Amino acid sequence: MIDLGLFREIFQSLNKNKLRTLLSGFTVAFAIMLFTILFGIANGFQNTFNNEFAGDANNSIFIYSGRTSKAVEGYQTGRRIQFDNPLYSEIKQEFSDDIEFITGRVYKNVTASFGNEKSNYSVRAVNPDHQFIEKSEIKDGRFINPLDIKNNTKNIVIGNLVVEDLFGEIDPIGKYLDLNKIKFKIVGVFVERTEGSDSNEARVIYMPISTAQKIYGNNDYIDQINLTYNPSLSEEEAIAFGNKIVDKIKEVFFVADNDQSAVRARNRARENQEITQFNGVLAILVLIIGMGTLVAGVVGISNIMIFIVKERTKEIGIRKALGAPPSSIKLIIVLESVFVTAISGYVGLLLGGAVLNSFDLEDYWITDPGVSTSLVIGATFTLILAGLIAAYVPANRAASIKPIVALRDE
Amino acid sequence: MLKINKLHKSYKMGDSSLHVLKGINLHVEKGEMVAIMGSSGSGKSTLLNIIGILDELDSGEYTLDGIEIKDLTEKKAAQYRNKFLGFVFQSFNLINFKNALENVALPLYYQGLKRKERQEKAMFHLEKVGLADWSTHLPNELSGGQKQRVAIARALAAEPKLLLADEPTGALDSATSQDIMQFLQQLNDEGKTILIVTHEEDISLMCKRIVRLKDGVIMEDKKIKQNRLI
Repeated sequence: MIDLGLFREIFQSLNKNKLRTLLSGFTVAFAIMLFTILFGIANGFQNTFNNEFAGDANNSIFIYSGRTSKAVEGYQTGRRIQFDNPLYSEIKQEFSDDIEFITGRVYKNVTASFGNEKSNYSVRAVNPDHQFIEKSEIKDGRFINPLDIKNNTKNIVIGNLVVEDLFGEIDPIGKYLDLNKIKFKIVGVFVERTEGSDSNEARVIYMPISTAQKIYGNNDYIDQINLTYNPSLSEEEAIAFGNKIVDKIKEVFFVADNDQSAVRARNRARENQEITQFNGVLAILVLIIGMGTLVAGVVGISNIMIFIVKERTKEIGIRKALGAPPSSIKLIIVLESVFVTAISGYVGLLLGGAVLNSFDLEDYWITDPGVSTSLVIGATFTLILAGLIAAYVPANRAASIKPIVALRDE
Repeated sequence: MLKINKLHKSYKMGDSSLHVLKGINLHVEKGEMVAIMGSSGSGKSTLLNIIGILDELDSGEYTLDGIEIKDLTEKKAAQYRNKFLGFVFQSFNLINFKNALENVALPLYYQGLKRKERQEKAMFHLEKVGLADWSTHLPNELSGGQKQRVAIARALAAEPKLLLADEPTGALDSATSQDIMQFLQQLNDEGKTILIVTHEEDISLMCKRIVRLKDGVIMEDKKIKQNRLI
């Protein structure tokens, strides 16, 4: 029954009633536009969150030390907690099952000079695992390796902005860089994997942690312990695991259980969980609002289609008198409804996409709020379904019109 | 061609019921041109609607071209209307967003004909009513007489066995009315069976037989000498 003639009929009817078609399409177009914009904004939030933490592995735990805030077992408050190599080894050993990568960090600010160029940088002295925790990408050469640690080599790996600052066009690999009057050999250059992230990350100099401990203090102090947990851990397990490490450290240093400042951990699992929850709530909200507006659109179309059927009662009667079976009357209404719904839905989709693209929303925590292909495909089915639903009542009403009643209608 | 026996029809008006047709017996042979006369409320339009399968009878028998019209589904009724019957209405009932040719082609569309065939046939019938040059005009660009000619062309397009005209000249001035009636006579001469509902005496005199209805019964059924316009 679906042939070209039918579509010609529908186009003719739509074309001859432009205003009516436009009005009935408007509600759906508007609903879909709203939905697209909301969906895009929600997507944008999600992208922002993902970007915000993209610099670190998403299963990282950073453990910091500070001063005690609670007196315990004869110890005063304000006691400084200092991590060291034995603690690092102990953690590494005790939790080896749940640890993926682990490194200590020693911080030092240095003045670096190469030839006539000179600038201040922060040095992070680390273990080889650090590369995978910070997601640093080696551009040239290599990262710190276990031999560097073992032999306390004076090898360093520098960020690409350090190269830009000091070396310009010169290839820095194999060159010696002067850090606070001590010469270090450059063995690698890294870039930060995420674009637009804090450029300071690309102005860092990495050196073996053992070398830094020897040169800058001749001790075994560690400023910070960074690790990534076993990715197979669930978020709950990972959070528990982080707490376990903190408790362990507190025990070693005789810190009160409820002391929040002496030993602290930043656990990505916790952040992930919060983001997941937030995104979930946001997605549900958008879905409710989107579905609500879509339902309003469907009701609008249905309403207008009922009106159209009423308005076309006479025409339908004439068609029936001329031999139109009920099914063909139904089909006209259904196709018209689906057609109007789908077309105006796409207009809404395009408008929504245009609105999202035309504003720079980065300042409002919204990054790349694009419309995905899956959304477009999903929307197509939803719209066709919506059109069918919208046509249900009017089509049946049209089909049940008695030709005699219809012909009498003026 | 058409046999009606003991036809009864009543309409429900709230609690009471209005008995419109009270036992109609009517036989029409092929090639007849019958005028159904009566004042308003006599039941003539109801009778035409039942004959046109636009309405259903309550009791009695109705046979059209040897087929009993009874308890039809909507689909079947539509099919019979399309195949057997051509309608001409007082208010023309053209579809106003379709041009003359498309209006004439519409019943052919419901016969399932191909577009090209439809247009050829429709054009043929438009030529027959003398409106070939007006084929692309919309109804509101046509005069009353022209509209009724398009409507007649449309009624003829499906080549029906029976042409039903409900006050075909009711909305036309007398000169145009003559014109239309002359054309209907011509069609009848060609062998088409025509039933005309009218309340105008002079129109009825242009037919070959007059059936007078009053209060739902046939008062008079007589053959007359046709007032020829050709």
